Amino acid sequence: MTKASTETSTTSRISTFVLAIIYIVLVLAVIALIIAVYAFSTNQPIASYGSLAFIGVVALILSGYMLFQSERRRVKLKLIIQPTMTQLECRKCGTKTVREFQRGDYVFKEFGPCPKCPEDKQIITAIYKEVKEKEKPFPF
Amino acid sequence: MKVIALISLVNQLGLGTGDTITQVINLVFYVFFIGFIFYGQRIQMYIMIREVENSLYKLKLIREEGRKIAVETIKEIGKPTVDPSARVDRYLEYFTITPQSMDPAGIVWKLDHILDTRDMRLKDEVKLMAPAVDEVQVYNLENTLEAAMALNYIYKVVRHYYIQGKKTLSLYVIMQLQMILPMVMKEAEAYASALKAFAYGQPIGDGVGPLVAAKLIHGSEIRKVPVDCVAATIAMEGRTAIILKAEGPGGNVAKPGDAVAKVIEENEGKIATVIMIDAGLKLEGEKVGEVIEGIGAAIGGPGVDQYKIEEATLKYKIPLNAVIVKEDIGDAVSPMRKEIADAVDKVIERVKAVITERTKEGDKVIIVGVGNTIGVGQ
Repeated sequence: MTKASTETSTTSRISTFVLAIIYIVLVLAVIALIIAVYAFSTNQPIASYGSLAFIGVVALILSGYMLFQSERRRVKLKLIIQPTMTQLECRKCGTKTVREFQRGDYVFKEFGPCPKCPEDKQIITAIYKEVKEKEKPFPF
Repeated sequence: MKVIALISLVNQLGLGTGDTITQVINLVFYVFFIGFIFYGQRIQMYIMIREVENSLYKLKLIREEGRKIAVETIKEIGKPTVDPSARVDRYLEYFTITPQSMDPAGIVWKLDHILDTRDMRLKDEVKLMAPAVDEVQVYNLENTLEAAMALNYIYKVVRHYYIQGKKTLSLYVIMQLQMILPMVMKEAEAYASALKAFAYGQPIGDGVGPLVAAKLIHGSEIRKVPVDCVAATIAMEGRTAIILKAEGPGGNVAKPGDAVAKVIEENEGKIATVIMIDAGLKLEGEKVGEVIEGIGAAIGGPGVDQYKIEEATLKYKIPLNAVIVKEDIGDAVSPMRKEIADAVDKVIERVKAVITERTKEGDKVIIVGVGNTIGVGQ
């Protein structure tokens, strides 16, 4: 709990059959492109490799896109839990210490002695999580 | 043979005048074009169904996670003698029927009674599930189970409309669901992060009001005020301030409506102003932790407490002021963000400004920290 953790679903997001078809199309697209490149390098007329190159590129883009989409969905299926921090403060010297949250912590709970002035107890003054904004700022 | 005949038909129509490949591409284009004319809406619907399906998978995962956290927490701190899973499943399905509103007179008191009954029933259930827990943990477990309950409900409603849309193949059912899904998912994710906060007793964004109140009364003599609230009297800017908050550190919003009414009656209405501090929903583009000020009873929930505070202040014509800390729904129910914790001092400054500008020296004021006091003592 105290560390940032992610939990991923074990649910199958894309069927094996569809995945197999995507991979077959990907392999065929690569083969078509190899043949087209070979034909181009041996100075054969454009009609003999143009269609292969076109089909190869389209199939490569489509299968790549499908794979990317399935991966993107898998990435989305995560629960991101941010670490929570506890801020301790000495009532006498004001020294602040930040550590990871532990079960039983609450704001204004008295804690152990201050590391600088051991005769005084520390107190929990804040419990918070720090979130880094991922969104791009809008110009408005 | 049929393909060749089709290509020759395309040629006769003047649609493909190049080589065979061009003709095939043209043909494919026209097939797609005609296909989209007749089946475009259905294709669009299948894409939407797919999107809803993806969100439903995620909701299912979150719901199962919620149930798992609730059961594990009960087992860990409640030390039950039997497996609490079946009882948790029953708890997740509890419902509350709101009072009939055909004749709205007196509905607030009926709703208040129903909410009290619900609260008592749920607390009793928690005590039965987890016999070893203390009073603070009962509140925290109740909050955890309520978050799991909310996730269960969201999942079931989305699943209902998804299946209904698929059964009827109604574009409009699916479209409505798909349109509100981003907001639904945001709320579900907020409850998911709330689960662990509640289970571990961490302060949440909604607790900023009680946090401000706790900071003001810390070290002062504290007395209990019905229902489930605490009060302390302090000196502030030459005035006497009566600070109210829900009793912490258990997850509790208490009933500030009753507490404010009682304190006003105790002082025979001689209160210069009531200042309420709460978390307020921010609009997109506004900053988290921004402190703003306004007029009225700043309190959410079903409206019972807001009604009681308005009634009590109206009786003695006491002005109601509000100070709000901006945050979104996700921030309100998940562990408190640093920006919100840092806003506490700004809120205190703003409250002091309201007191000095709106009251005279020697006056009495009430300051209420509204919200869930989980993880915040006093």
